[in-house]
Amino acid sequence: MTRVVVLIPTPLRQFTAGRSRIPVDVTETPPSLGGALAALWDVAPGVRDRVLTEQGEVRPHVNVFVGAESCRWTGGLGTPITDGVEIAIFPAISGGRAR
Amino acid sequence: MKTVRVLVGTVKGAFFLRAPAARTAWQVEGPHLPGRAIYSLAHDGRAERRRVWAGAASMHWGAVLVATDDWGRTWEEPQEANVKFPADTGLALKQIWQIAPGLDDEPDTLHCGVEPAALFRSTDGGKSWEVVRGLLDHPHRERWTPGGGGLCLHTIVRDRANADRMWIAISSGGVYRTADGGRTWAARNAGIRAEFLPEKFPEFGQCVHKVVHHPSRAGRLFAQNHWGLYRSDDAGDSWQDIARGVPSDFGFAMAIHPHEPDTVYIIPIESDQVRVSPEGKLRVYRTRNAGRSWEALTRGLPQRHAYDIVLRDALATDTLDPAGVYFGTRNGKLYASKDGGSSWRLAVDGLPSITCVRAVVVDDRRPALRPKARQSARR
Repeated sequence: MTRVVVLIPTPLRQFTAGRSRIPVDVTETPPSLGGALAALWDVAPGVRDRVLTEQGEVRPHVNVFVGAESCRWTGGLGTPITDGVEIAIFPAISGGRAR
Repeated sequence: MKTVRVLVGTVKGAFFLRAPAARTAWQVEGPHLPGRAIYSLAHDGRAERRRVWAGAASMHWGAVLVATDDWGRTWEEPQEANVKFPADTGLALKQIWQIAPGLDDEPDTLHCGVEPAALFRSTDGGKSWEVVRGLLDHPHRERWTPGGGGLCLHTIVRDRANADRMWIAISSGGVYRTADGGRTWAARNAGIRAEFLPEKFPEFGQCVHKVVHHPSRAGRLFAQNHWGLYRSDDAGDSWQDIARGVPSDFGFAMAIHPHEPDTVYIIPIESDQVRVSPEGKLRVYRTRNAGRSWEALTRGLPQRHAYDIVLRDALATDTLDPAGVYFGTRNGKLYASKDGGSSWRLAVDGLPSITCVRAVVVDDRRPALRPKARQSARR
């Protein structure tokens, strides 16, 4: 089993009861980003349709990083993952928070 | 006490205006759904509801239908996106352009029109939605082409006298009609000119911008096209040019008077290459004789250096008598008329770019029926 942590951006925390970091266990072998996200959808189903289109593709203006690298350059949802890695979901070229 | 609510969608959230029936002073509430593009709004007052639906799109997180039963204080945000293309289509939702509550005797039926061009239907009050396959699988689909706003199904017109008959409009595909509840669809564009195609009168491919219909005239439709103003007296089988006496026959918005079936409003725009008010004058045009002639309505509207335009769903009427008429501009101005368009006042300025306007008259003393159980998240 591979355990990773998914970082949730502020706009999606309404679907994670406010949590910003969600650890998930990935049982598939070999473990992939798609498997980790599927485990995330099990505990936070509202996040799925905000990150992926109904065709299962990462939305054009959403970036998903495995470690420091965007999955766009590493094989998409098939990107291999390793135990302890952080997966970060970002709105592309966006961020910030009202204070 | 009757209250008028004007629902305003913008590229950065929704704003709800409220005024007593005299419609002299407007109270503005919002932004609701801040930061999201609201291209469609609809009020559903059937079956004792007081529900407002919004098609809310985020550049990042996609588009969903959300609803409020308390004028925006709380919103139902679905966990799972409620309007989705089936996997076998290969299509992904971009925008929800139109929300159409169904007829009074089918209180749980709604339709919505989306981009890429498709029609969805709900028969359980909006809890679940299915794509209308008869239109999705239409053989013309592969030859529909996107207009400036994308390939969108932006207009849904129900026939209140015949639940099986409906018209929809697609940019750029044209007008389509079903007579069997959506199983089959036929292009209905005869007489509508396609200026941008070598064949000027094709069966389909026209860029229709808005179609309106009065329930008391079952076979009559009016259409504002990319180029051209048209009327049909035979339910869309044929169309006649009615662009006489207008400064431009290009425009987006069109609305029909609630009580006078021959009265229609448009807001012309100076050509698709320029896209500003003709001559820098912001003018609504009204016909009271089904398009035989048009009059400019200018009282209260800026007539010098006003280069503002109005999008296809940003012109609406209320149901009072005299009727209120409302339009919102791309520069964030909301104008209101309480006398059928004869005079106008700026109700609010400085909103984000306005995409859609709807007006509804409600009795604020009547409690709304609220769903007993909520399955979805609130925000």
